[in-house]
Amino acid sequence: MAIEDDVLVVGGGLAGATAALAAVERDVRVRLVSHKQSTLRHASGLIDVLGYTPAGEGPLSDPFPALADLPEGHPYERVGAEAVRDALAFFDGIAGDAYAGAHTDANALVPTHGGTVKPTARYPAATAAGLASDDRDALLVGFGTLPDFEAPLAAAHLEGAGVPFAARGVTVRFPGIERDDAKVTRYAHLLDRDERVETAAGESTARTALAETVRPHLEGESRVGFPAVLGDDRADAVRADLADRLGVDVFEVPMGPPSLPGLRLEDLLFDALSDAGVRVTTGVPVVDYETGAHGAGSSGPARIDRVTVDRNGSEVPHSADQYVLATGGLVGKGVESDRERVSEPVFDCHVPHPADRYDWFVDDVFGDQPYARFGLPVDRDLRPLDADDALEFANLRAAGAVLGGHDFAAEKSGSGVSLATGYVAGRRAAEGCR
Amino acid sequence: MVRDTEVLVLGGGSTGCGIARDLATRGLEVTLVERGTLTDGTTGRMHGLLHSGGRYAVSDRASATECIEENETLREIAGHCVEETGGLFVKRPEDSDDYFRAKLEGCRDCGIPARVLSGREAREIEPYLAEDVERAIEVPDGAVDPFRLCVANAVDAEAHGARIETHAEVIDLLREGDDVYGVEVRHGAGPGKRSDAAAGTTEEITAEYVVNATGAWAGQIGSMADLEIEVRPSKGVMTIMNVRQVDTVINRCRPKGDADIVVPHETTAILGTTDEEVADPDDYPEERWEVEAMIDTLSELVPILAESRTIRSFWGVRPLYEPPGTDTQDPTDITRDFFLLDHADRDGVAGISSIVGGKFTTYRAMAEEIADHVCAKLGVTASCSTADEPLPGSENLERLEAGMDDFGLRSPVARRSKQRLGSRASEVLETDEPNPVICQCEGVTRAEVRDAIEGSGADLNAVRIRTRASMGNCQGGFCCQNVAHELHPQYDEATVRAALDELFAERWKGQRHALWGEQLSQAMLNYALHATTMNRDRDPADATGDVDFAAFDDGGARGAEPRRDD
Repeated sequence: MAIEDDVLVVGGGLAGATAALAAVERDVRVRLVSHKQSTLRHASGLIDVLGYTPAGEGPLSDPFPALADLPEGHPYERVGAEAVRDALAFFDGIAGDAYAGAHTDANALVPTHGGTVKPTARYPAATAAGLASDDRDALLVGFGTLPDFEAPLAAAHLEGAGVPFAARGVTVRFPGIERDDAKVTRYAHLLDRDERVETAAGESTARTALAETVRPHLEGESRVGFPAVLGDDRADAVRADLADRLGVDVFEVPMGPPSLPGLRLEDLLFDALSDAGVRVTTGVPVVDYETGAHGAGSSGPARIDRVTVDRNGSEVPHSADQYVLATGGLVGKGVESDRERVSEPVFDCHVPHPADRYDWFVDDVFGDQPYARFGLPVDRDLRPLDADDALEFANLRAAGAVLGGHDFAAEKSGSGVSLATGYVAGRRAAEGCR
Repeated sequence: MVRDTEVLVLGGGSTGCGIARDLATRGLEVTLVERGTLTDGTTGRMHGLLHSGGRYAVSDRASATECIEENETLREIAGHCVEETGGLFVKRPEDSDDYFRAKLEGCRDCGIPARVLSGREAREIEPYLAEDVERAIEVPDGAVDPFRLCVANAVDAEAHGARIETHAEVIDLLREGDDVYGVEVRHGAGPGKRSDAAAGTTEEITAEYVVNATGAWAGQIGSMADLEIEVRPSKGVMTIMNVRQVDTVINRCRPKGDADIVVPHETTAILGTTDEEVADPDDYPEERWEVEAMIDTLSELVPILAESRTIRSFWGVRPLYEPPGTDTQDPTDITRDFFLLDHADRDGVAGISSIVGGKFTTYRAMAEEIADHVCAKLGVTASCSTADEPLPGSENLERLEAGMDDFGLRSPVARRSKQRLGSRASEVLETDEPNPVICQCEGVTRAEVRDAIEGSGADLNAVRIRTRASMGNCQGGFCCQNVAHELHPQYDEATVRAALDELFAERWKGQRHALWGEQLSQAMLNYALHATTMNRDRDPADATGDVDFAAFDDGGARGAEPRRDD
């Protein structure tokens, strides 16, 4: 006997979680299954919508006018600009005070760990005081044991980008970190728990010691940026505490993996799923599926009847009325490849790609990379299409990076596409339930 | 006439660096010029096999004998560059029994220790060998790090007073009548410890004697002084696996052919190779069929290769040469011997010799012979010591292993560092500063990266070959910006950014030939990390126009507080 739900979402990243949350709002029974860790741990935690057009124009100060000009087949074109706004509002409701940026349509420019600025629509509260359009001078603080963020270099890079403020960087020792290769979570937990640490001036607490380490380096700047390690569960308290002790605003600079802002966003989403009553099973890959009766007559697309997930070696059938595929792109392994072809591993949906793999890339590393656009084509209801533009299945929708037709890295559109398509797929799936 | 230097060596590959070391240790004044980074040409583009000589034991016994002698010498003088993996010549059912016997006899006649193993015994050594491998000959093949070895030669030459000038491209040979007396070089642009001279400037360097050790490029250099040198460059592909499927060098026991060797190398295994004559050593097609042949043919020996992850492929060109009139059609038949062309004898032009042909394993012996020749020309009687004096890093390796503590590094990292640095480990790793791991894949720490920057400046590809940073699974996606960070503040921000771009682009180049499966996912992740999080593809600092910062959200700093609840 299969586990039965109205909507089954496959995938636990930003798109899958949004789809499940949007579906469950409609009072249907929703389950989310995910296999591996989501790629949010790699992500900056910023919510980009559109920073550059596909032609490379930008940075766009306002992403919305550009949404109307996107090519046919782009995920935003599929769902429409209004759905993007609705999805952002939906996200704002979920994120609450944890994220900022909802007060304006304008993109923010956020300094990241390489010292560049990137356009984004929503940003964690932890990042809010660091925006590049804010003209207050900034001190950046790096730690000798964290080579991902070289604060003096990042400051010089920001000035190279022409930011309207003076930036300066210093590198200090993080009090209480003994090992040269401590994980970023170790820094965060030290501050979360405000542990006792040894300093040259005697024993102290971690937050106090960090503030005292930084204080002598302040030269009148009214904000101080740190790499994104300022707490995990109690990040707000850590930041507020440091700000009080230093008498300045404190912000985080988003970093590469493993990314605490990304992990915090994942926690936020999973808490919301739990609060909303979505049933969540993680660590289970979908290994098989069965189709049932056809939809509109025998010539219509097949309906997915049930899927089988592998739970610690035992195969558990799950059946639902509607399905959402949100398994990610090449990074998340929602799109796979071998020497011959590119494929979608769960339902073997069609993934358009050149036959010769030497046509999957161009020689310039940051050129217009075909592989970056690999993913499923869908109709305007986000249902995957086969090679003849017919529906793959009557009751399957796809959302997030598994969708093709856009280069989220070049456009800075990854989170926005996940939110908008996740929101639409989830809502339509719920509405489609019989 | 006063000359800038006694001997000018052209080419910073294994041969050039070996010659520079040899002459410098004999007390001569040496200058070496290299157009790119050390090892940029053929040396940095090989599969890292330290030949036992077994490969040549049937077709070319003189080479085979020379190989086993040099193999033994390099284990002595360059222990920190050599891994004594051993090697197997394995025979499949379709391979000839006669050839197997000839190989075995050849090894024994050339003094190469060789032992016959049954298929079962071979599979006990290498469990992933194909079930139908019938027999194998075990020989003392090894793996060698050509970067480390070449750099060690250059460092020792410098320690004996040589000037090593990288990123200095020869743009003319200075010739007066029938005498070549130096070169004109152009110093390179971009980041790097390019020289004392500014990028783009040219410099004339005069010398008593010039040695053209530019390998596959020797013909191009010769033509600058109207000397005809008929090198026949031949390309070969190497495909790098992300792990070591084998710990022994696996050769196929048959006469010749593409795709017949797997060399375990550091954390990887390298599959080789093809042999195709090309017209231009700088411009030749890198073709898909070559990569496919490596995987498909070598998986006949090691079946797991068909399903394994490759991380990149690269091509090199052999500097093949044969004396005029030989007219061999197939490049695989051209001898691997080296030739010393004394242009005084050959062309009536004094002051220069060219060295062509040869192979990596015998670079030291070649260097010795050429240095002898140069010394004879200059009337110098000092003798060669390079077979006896260990290279920097290989002194007292046993004592190092026994006596050294681990510098506060996790043991796998410390072990890798010690292997790379050899006896220089203490000097490099003893630091009071934080010494975090910069490259996780290869376990390279900050101290090692900074040491390499000390030696090679802001050229991160030179840092890469000295440390292996960015050469693992992620191909620099996670670490190359952190490697670049170490250049600051010694180098300014713009230099650091250009150096990072150069390294990232170089790492991408080889991955293009491995873009499927895991490595395509990795490439997408690398792209996303650099383009999304760091916006390196559209970095406003690189843009020509200014950004209108005032048009963007300032978080409310210019006006009201951000709204929080509507």
